Amino acid sequence: MPSDPTLRVKALESLLVEKGLVDRATVDALIDTYEHRVGPRNGARVVARAWADPEYRRRLLADADRAIAELGYGGMQGEHMVVVENTPRVHNLVVCTLCSCYPWPVLGLPPVWYKSAAYRSRAVIDPRGVLREFGVDLPDDVEVRVWDSTAEVRYLVLPERPARTEEWTEQQLAAIVTRDSMVGVARSPAPAGGRSA
Amino acid sequence: MFAEPWQAQAFALALTLSHEGHFSWKEWSTALAQEIRRAEARGEPNDGSRYYDRWLATLERLVTEKKLSTRPALRQRKAEWARAYRRTPHGRPVELAAAQPPARAGRAARPGHRPRR
Repeated sequence: MPSDPTLRVKALESLLVEKGLVDRATVDALIDTYEHRVGPRNGARVVARAWADPEYRRRLLADADRAIAELGYGGMQGEHMVVVENTPRVHNLVVCTLCSCYPWPVLGLPPVWYKSAAYRSRAVIDPRGVLREFGVDLPDDVEVRVWDSTAEVRYLVLPERPARTEEWTEQQLAAIVTRDSMVGVARSPAPAGGRSA
Repeated sequence: MFAEPWQAQAFALALTLSHEGHFSWKEWSTALAQEIRRAEARGEPNDGSRYYDRWLATLERLVTEKKLSTRPALRQRKAEWARAYRRTPHGRPVELAAAQPPARAGRAARPGHRPRR
């Protein structure tokens, strides 16, 4: 016998489909998109483009929705994206204290820890402590900015471009951008064979 | 990522209903935040592992609040699915028609009722 939630979802889906309120093909297509097509690789391509193309970076920071749409990514809830940039002096950290809002079109679905009460509450109260648990020990002179995502605004971190990647192609750059660095629980990704800046 | 298929289905149903205009995404987030708060206040696990349970509870709540369906209809349909699962031999696709008494099974098996495997 399937689990209780399985039966409840089947009840919802079959009733809504019968009433013509949802179309099963649309639901299936969405599932396929989120299981197979959407994930942090999308965000990595956005970050790599911003590193490789200063003009794109400027557009991304000024109007993230439009710049992200240029690469073919977009949301379904009409949510507004804002990109915040890390610098040697500023580290950005993203959380959703209420309900785990997450920039799905560019990062896919959130990891379990992002949805935990511990992360949701402590990211705001003690961001440096949370970062330390993720292995990020920030010097005191680096300011930590915490961004609380909502139904209307979702944040994405633009990490710093690692040193010694000047000759890299956009594709090579995209390959080293991690999900955690775009949420802000990791510093810049380290280029292979080197250390992060 | 989704740990079980029902989580993906619940996720997609919420997005679809909102996209079709049955509720705004702000209404959704507010309701979901409430469900999370209540569950955590009841002492349920708050490590993120039960996120989609709260998602599903929110979906049921908004579907009934917006009068897209009713609690009794959801309960009854859930019981029908449970019957259908019990009556379907292992390895065969489960269809809602299997929940019906044999005399009505033919009628209930029209295409509109055919559940996805």
